[in-house]
Amino acid sequence: MKVRVHVSLKPGVLDPQGRAIHHSLEGLGFTGVNDVRAGRLFELDVADSTSDETLDDMCRKLLANMVIENYRIEKVAA
Amino acid sequence: MAFRSAVITFPGSNCDRDMADALEKVSGTAPHRVWHGDHDLPEGLDFIALPGGFSYGDYLRCGAIASRSPVMQAVIAAAEKGVPVLGVCNGFQVLTESGLLPGALLRNSVIRFVCRDATLKVENAQSLFTSGYEAGQEIVIPVAHHDGNYFADDETLDRLEGEGRVAFRYAENVNGSARAIAGVLNAAGNVLGMMPHPERAIETTHGGTDGRALFESAIKGLVGA
Repeated sequence: MKVRVHVSLKPGVLDPQGRAIHHSLEGLGFTGVNDVRAGRLFELDVADSTSDETLDDMCRKLLANMVIENYRIEKVAA
Repeated sequence: MAFRSAVITFPGSNCDRDMADALEKVSGTAPHRVWHGDHDLPEGLDFIALPGGFSYGDYLRCGAIASRSPVMQAVIAAAEKGVPVLGVCNGFQVLTESGLLPGALLRNSVIRFVCRDATLKVENAQSLFTSGYEAGQEIVIPVAHHDGNYFADDETLDRLEGEGRVAFRYAENVNGSARAIAGVLNAAGNVLGMMPHPERAIETTHGGTDGRALFESAIKGLVGA
């Protein structure tokens, strides 16, 4: 089973990297970019029997830092 | 009574020798050197130090992989029993990632790696690690990091300040840290995490000796003068 885990900073957490990317986009002449937030995407290939609970556990214990980040699990159709 | 300390080395630690050298020079006893894959710590430790560096290449998040390594389970258990733990720089990141300290360390607000002397204000001079300083004293300690921007939600920050758990604050906020926090203590006061490097300021050839009192405080508090 293919699973994508999207990890993003919680609203309100300062994102210096997103801000730098934002400035760089503006420097390239792109207008109308209101905000940029940088995140991470993990692509996992796990046993089909892996439960939602286990996937949640993986996110909470390692893939995301729950102090500053949120995560979203997306199962990818084969 | 000999001072029994340990310095933990992770793959990518690069301040472990400096930390071991500082502990040996100040205490007179060489610390045990412990590898990240060890499951057990030496018996009867008085002090554990998590050094600076780039453990596991800073993969995933700074300190994230190190905080899940085998030896950290033993460090967490020791900290919960009251053994003093000092985490410096990457060691501070490992402590927040392991849950021993609240908050997280984000990329510096200035984006750049910051490497310079920083003036710190001692906020709490009562703790095991800071009793050798005076409250409000200004000390100069080197900083060298890319991800030292301390973050915690307002409720947590209020609690830390209310409980006297902010050990040090930057006189000039070099990395954008919330409330200019440079070092925090756990609730029991036996765990200190800080981004600045006290082990790099213990003898005059380092350019300053303001870090020495931190080690002296801890050693004196633990094994007597």
